[in-house]
Amino acid sequence: MEEKVKFELNGKQVEANPGQNQTLLWALRTQFNLTGTKYGCGEGSCGSCTVLINDEPVRSCVTPLEDVDGAKVVTIEGLADGEKLHPVQQAFVDHDALQCGYCTPGMILNAVSLLKNNPDPTRKEIIDGMDGNLCRCGAHTRIIMAIESASKMMKGGTQR
Amino acid sequence: MKADKINQFYFHDVNTPPVQIDRREFLKNLGGGIIIIFSVAQLGFISGNKAMKEEDYPAFNAFLRVKEDGRVDCFSGKIEMGQGINRSLAQVLADELDISLDKVDMIMGDTDLCPYDAGTWGSMTTRFHDPLIRAAAAEAREVLKKLASEKMGISLDQLKTENGVVFAASDKSKKVTYSELTKGQKIIQSVSEKPVLKKPGEFKFTGKSYLRADSLQKVTGKALYAADIRLPGLLNAKIVRPPAHGSKLISVDISAAEKIPDIQIKREDDFIFALHSSPDIAEQAVQAIQCKWEKPASKADNETIFAHILKTAVNSRERYKGGDLETGKKESEFLFEHEYHDGYKAHASIEPHAATAIFEKGKMTIWASSQTPFGTRQEVADTLKIPKEQVHLKQIFLGGGFGGKIYNRQAVEVARIAKMMEGTPIQLMWDRKEEFMYDMFRPAAVIKVNSGVTKDGIIKYWDFNIYCAGDRGTELFYGAPHHRTTTFDGPEVHPFGTGAWRAPGNNTNTFAREVQIDIMADKIGMDPLEFRLKNMNNQRAINSLKIAADKFGWTAAKPPKGTGRGIAVGTDAGTLATVIVEVNVDSKTGAVKVTRAVVGQDMGQVINPEGTAIQAEGCVNMGLGYALTEDIVFDWGEVKSSNFSDYQLPLFSTIPEVIDSVTVDAMDQPPQGGGEPAIICLGGAVANAIFEACGARVFRLPVTPERILEALGKG
Repeated sequence: MEEKVKFELNGKQVEANPGQNQTLLWALRTQFNLTGTKYGCGEGSCGSCTVLINDEPVRSCVTPLEDVDGAKVVTIEGLADGEKLHPVQQAFVDHDALQCGYCTPGMILNAVSLLKNNPDPTRKEIIDGMDGNLCRCGAHTRIIMAIESASKMMKGGTQR
Repeated sequence: MKADKINQFYFHDVNTPPVQIDRREFLKNLGGGIIIIFSVAQLGFISGNKAMKEEDYPAFNAFLRVKEDGRVDCFSGKIEMGQGINRSLAQVLADELDISLDKVDMIMGDTDLCPYDAGTWGSMTTRFHDPLIRAAAAEAREVLKKLASEKMGISLDQLKTENGVVFAASDKSKKVTYSELTKGQKIIQSVSEKPVLKKPGEFKFTGKSYLRADSLQKVTGKALYAADIRLPGLLNAKIVRPPAHGSKLISVDISAAEKIPDIQIKREDDFIFALHSSPDIAEQAVQAIQCKWEKPASKADNETIFAHILKTAVNSRERYKGGDLETGKKESEFLFEHEYHDGYKAHASIEPHAATAIFEKGKMTIWASSQTPFGTRQEVADTLKIPKEQVHLKQIFLGGGFGGKIYNRQAVEVARIAKMMEGTPIQLMWDRKEEFMYDMFRPAAVIKVNSGVTKDGIIKYWDFNIYCAGDRGTELFYGAPHHRTTTFDGPEVHPFGTGAWRAPGNNTNTFAREVQIDIMADKIGMDPLEFRLKNMNNQRAINSLKIAADKFGWTAAKPPKGTGRGIAVGTDAGTLATVIVEVNVDSKTGAVKVTRAVVGQDMGQVINPEGTAIQAEGCVNMGLGYALTEDIVFDWGEVKSSNFSDYQLPLFSTIPEVIDSVTVDAMDQPPQGGGEPAIICLGGAVANAIFEACGARVFRLPVTPERILEALGKG
């Protein structure tokens, strides 16, 4: 029996079965039933499977489960503080920054990291920082607005 | 409904699809309350057109139920895939019923709970569903008033309704709530006479902007899509796929795959699949299955397809005709002959086709990413040879559709497996390669346009020949007196499936028409806005063009070299749409950046203005893909584009910094489509803007840097 992969998942210590070269994406979806992390391409080119590993955005579809041993993983389900949405989530709601919603978890987690590393980004920096996340509905315009608004909100003292 | 049946009429602008009504006994399972049934067949008397007959109409039934707790369920066979109808339909309902918007629950796309619906496509929800929901809600309001009249002893004409309460007009304190009136009742009523509908001035919710209804679920990861269903013992299926469409299976060896722990490999003729609790391990097994295939000989690839189309699309049909083409030629001082090409386009929803199913006690329950839950139910029932009443499609969110999820091969596949594996829940999500392979692409097409104009700028001659794009959107709104529009198709043209892609065919048709218009304006030295206005004979087209040009601030003065503006006008789903874009082109590299876009639409009554603007933005942002980068690479049945790394969707850096959306104020007019019309203009508007910026006239979509350089003689 292989050793379990131990890591922090959405604030809780967890153990996962490492068998058969599973990727983090499918481990989250099948072992933990965290289905907010979405499959989109399987090669890391769309960003819908983005999760935060030690606060950095990572494409879980190309990340072996073993890589998160000892790490801190946050998925979309772990972003809000109970009922209170993260400012980026709130801004997505307030700006209708989504349509079908399928790319949304990856968009939000990528934006959270972007704002953590650069709390006051220019529009150009937002575009550059989000360019690897695909949206087919064409919600880009509102997503940029939401990230700008979240940046303002977080500077206003609502940052957790 | 079969895919070919849908295509048959979908490449027209759908107004009256010939679908039979499928009456179901959906009422018997309901609890108490006041239940109103309505169908599109009743649209006839609502609109005052008595000539409309029930059998002419698609069965867009729906019903609503005013419950004993004062909330209202609206049951609709439509599905929510991002377009926001779970909000806009509720707005219309709340308006006529006089309840608050948050009291409306939309129950959509469940084949056991909702009445039959042909599918969510063609920008039809607002056009055809809104009037029905409005009528039914008005009927429910009248039923409630009648009950109140009896209960309160006040005559009907002395009663008013507001925010879930019936009250005496003379004394607001004499009142009774909908909840009190509904208690203990079970009244089932069809919309039986022409209901008294509110006038635009009386609307409380219609015409006002509301945020999406489903955002909270979608930003927290709680919104469930078809592959998010979790059931005990669920197994993921992966299916062995051929290397190309039309391949023949020669031999199979599953011995290596079978060694994977906990794997199950099953086979039914060519249908070979692996099952495991995790999809990536099922995929490893599929990869380990050794198959020999025989591929069919290639007849065309993405470069030679246009010659192939012209050779094989030989069945012609005249769609529109007026005057005499020879006279038109003679009356023209300048004649033009151009051929336009458009390659295959993928729907490329970020959610691939997915479905979960379980077969228990003779009943198949399915959650499927489907734009046609009732059609899927029928397809599954036919495939498995079980009655359709034994197949239940459940409500689920779709991660995008755009026409691609009208077709539901994945649901049939998962149902086949679930039936073999009775009692075990089975999940199937196509990987991206499968999604590209089995997508029902927007067809490659050729448009040959011959036209003529006088030196004063009057179009006299218009001969529009469409190979494989259908005639959608080709009703001419330019007053060419001598004109003809002909479509050409053939049964053996495409190497793989093609189908409806957000405003099917119309993107290609509008591109060809609007570039040809620009070429004529340029030849006679007339401003392209002035040329269009001079020749348009449709007031709503003129309206949409004028509001867009005003918003854009169009002038006849040319911008500096390297910058260009382009106009395209089109018609789709009852709406007249104009898109004007501004681009910067680097004529050394051919790189294009769209900096600005304005969408102007004459779309009748607007239910949710912000929702409309968001759809317009979506059309611009998505449409830049087919205009600039998207093209399927293939060699006959072998689809070589297999992921986003080789099929370039629009990115954050692609989209314009500013998109303005304006609509003609027409609240007193019937509502028209909003999900598709604007996107049809992107190809033409972008191509025309590129020409103004650098002089490159490109006749093929997408307008890539290579094609721009080639047109400039630098290729």
